[in-house]
Amino acid sequence: MAAPIEEKDQATQDPRKEGIASSIRVVPHVPKGGIMFQDITPLLLDPKVFKDTVDLFIERYTGKDISAVAGTKMCRALRILEEGIEARGFIFGPPIALAIGAKFIPLRKPRKLPGEVISEEYVLEYGRDCLEMHVGAVQQGEHVLVVDDLIATGGTLCAAISLLERAGAKVVECACVIELPELKGRERLKVTPLYVLVESH
Amino acid sequence: MKEEIKSKMVEKEINGTIEDPRLKAITSSIRVVPDFPKPGIMFNDITTLLLQPKVFKDVIDMFVERYKGMRIDAVAGIEARGFIFGPPVALEIEAKFIPLRKPKKLPGEVISEKYVLEYGKDCLEMHVGALEAHERVLIIDDFVATGGTMSAAIRLIERAGGEVVECACLLGLPKFKVRTSPLFQKISLASICFFMYMLPLSLGIA
Repeated sequence: MAAPIEEKDQATQDPRKEGIASSIRVVPHVPKGGIMFQDITPLLLDPKVFKDTVDLFIERYTGKDISAVAGTKMCRALRILEEGIEARGFIFGPPIALAIGAKFIPLRKPRKLPGEVISEEYVLEYGRDCLEMHVGAVQQGEHVLVVDDLIATGGTLCAAISLLERAGAKVVECACVIELPELKGRERLKVTPLYVLVESH
Repeated sequence: MKEEIKSKMVEKEINGTIEDPRLKAITSSIRVVPDFPKPGIMFNDITTLLLQPKVFKDVIDMFVERYKGMRIDAVAGIEARGFIFGPPVALEIEAKFIPLRKPKKLPGEVISEKYVLEYGKDCLEMHVGALEAHERVLIIDDFVATGGTMSAAIRLIERAGGEVVECACLLGLPKFKVRTSPLFQKISLASICFFMYMLPLSLGIA
């Protein structure tokens, strides 16, 4: 059994986080009026900030016996929305996986993954959605990190955790660039630890 | 469980070329799934490659070795699997990463480029302001078949004033001859070349 991920010293804020926070663009009224959309694409346009973001995760997870990183490309639920917003775990997950020597597992909408899959249905504010993973992507007892760009209500991450656990893996932590604390995703994850770089209110 | 078919290697076509020792593991880690997404289509599934950290790293290393010295300002990745390979390459060569996406995914102002599929049309979008004029761009996707999506990506970059230095893919169909494709004729051929799997295919001005 792996040891729990240790908390870094929180007394000193890492100076790189300021650059990360300021490169996130908030786009109002997307996808609907009243919603402030957290756009991470400007972060990707700044090679130094993108590298800092990935480095912060790599520093945390190197040498922690994590053999797989899972990332989603799904709709996530925001509380007062009719449509979900796509997750961008495909962008941050692979560089982290490469650096820590772990495999990368894409978790996707139905019918995107060829071959045999397992599915997890989950509830959106209006209606349901479904997350899929390849059979055989994880082995029994593997330690997995789930990476996403943002945690809102935690619905997508919970579905990801459920999928991985059903396949016999252990999700040691979820890692996100941004947390929207008011949407209480952290609580929804229950026993699974969550690590985020910045918060947005 | 569908029967897995290993990718056939095109070793025979590379007369006299010294093969990179990493290529064997790369090609054999790509899984061919029959009848996906429709009956009759043999789908090249790269997710099995991603499950092998060393092989995934080798793919990225091969791209980085080629592009590191080419003063690339931006790597544009085509949704969705271009998002898996593009960012690690961008990070290594210290370029920015620009996602090229299906319609209505990017918030804020975008430019759009329509393109034709075998049956119907599709559309690729890029953020206004992602690219500055004259920036040198590498476009990455996992797989190039007809080249329709890649052509749309090239047009998007050029409309924004960027210069496509090269297009790169992990897997290109051997029978897709870029240099004779009408889709690419308007582009300066010197700037485009493909990494076919097993077969780096340079189409520069001789």
